[in-house]
Amino acid sequence: MNRAAAALALAVAGLAAAAGAPRSGASYLAPDLKALQDDDFRNPGLLWVDQGRKLWSGAPGPGAKACAGCHDAVAMRGVAARYPAYDRATRRVVNLEQRINLCRTGRQHAPPLAYESRDLISLTAFVSRQSLGMPVQVTVDGPARASFERGRAAYHQRIGQLDLACADCHERSEGRRLHGETISQGQINGFPVYRQLWDGAASTHRMFAWCETAVRAQPRAPGSQDYVDLELYVRWRGQGLPVETPAVRK
Amino acid sequence: MQPSPNVRLRVPAQAKAGEVFEVRAMIMHPMETGYRFDSQGTTIPIHIIRSFACKFEGETIFEARFGTSVSANPYLSFFARLDRSGTLEFTWIDQDGDVYAHAAPVTVA
Repeated sequence: MNRAAAALALAVAGLAAAAGAPRSGASYLAPDLKALQDDDFRNPGLLWVDQGRKLWSGAPGPGAKACAGCHDAVAMRGVAARYPAYDRATRRVVNLEQRINLCRTGRQHAPPLAYESRDLISLTAFVSRQSLGMPVQVTVDGPARASFERGRAAYHQRIGQLDLACADCHERSEGRRLHGETISQGQINGFPVYRQLWDGAASTHRMFAWCETAVRAQPRAPGSQDYVDLELYVRWRGQGLPVETPAVRK
Repeated sequence: MQPSPNVRLRVPAQAKAGEVFEVRAMIMHPMETGYRFDSQGTTIPIHIIRSFACKFEGETIFEARFGTSVSANPYLSFFARLDRSGTLEFTWIDQDGDVYAHAAPVTVA
């Protein structure tokens, strides 16, 4: 009886949250951290963006072409806003990190960069930075639909010893307090993000793995299709939010 | 000798003689304290920058000693005043003696 009432209360709260507009994680930040994110010099994530700019114009190996040899960085404006996206060649949804690696292996004839390596995060941060302020606009119809639905299911699937789904915290409990923080909507419009806990920039997938560990579940591998599907769904939840890379978080 | 990590500098390209301006500098560095353990219980070795100096044509205008309590990717901001054009030289020296040197010219009108 109590349990049913609690479930009903959760469902009602869930509806209320779902009806709310997407809200960027930056709007939950304390003023000092927000100021740090907005400072176009002091934001430490920009060290990774700078690193990415160097990699962009440097050849990945002898005889290989640099990214800048084909793409003008300015032409990257808007790209990060529409990723993850369906890739016809590999017939699956890929995220920006994987897009960069596909370009490296397919066109630059260079070995792929390890997921979560500093170089891959730097390049992703650099490319994402070009879309600063542009609204997130991912496509979830057509060939991307199956991936999107898997992501949606994963988002609502309860996991781990704490038996929590993403939606339990980031939809149903959004705005409530946990460990001195306000629970956010879990939007990912600022990724790659600089996390002070990690003293460095990190990908969406590292954050997913961290979250899964926090609910005492077995985290999946960064770069796995499970996480790409989830990334697509979470990106879609924040459709229209401005790209804020590199965001700064605790 | 290690290649220099990423550095961000902000120095005005031009300044008026005697005008006070802000200098900002940040370097990508783990500043590992040596007091932390990894998931296997092994100590993560200390890796920190020991000192920083900013010189104008050989003359020190700002210097700092860093310890284990300085954050990762240390950021510094200080003020300077020049009466002639020249180059500001920035050096970070890390614990193994590696020197990361960068320079920024300033034209004084």
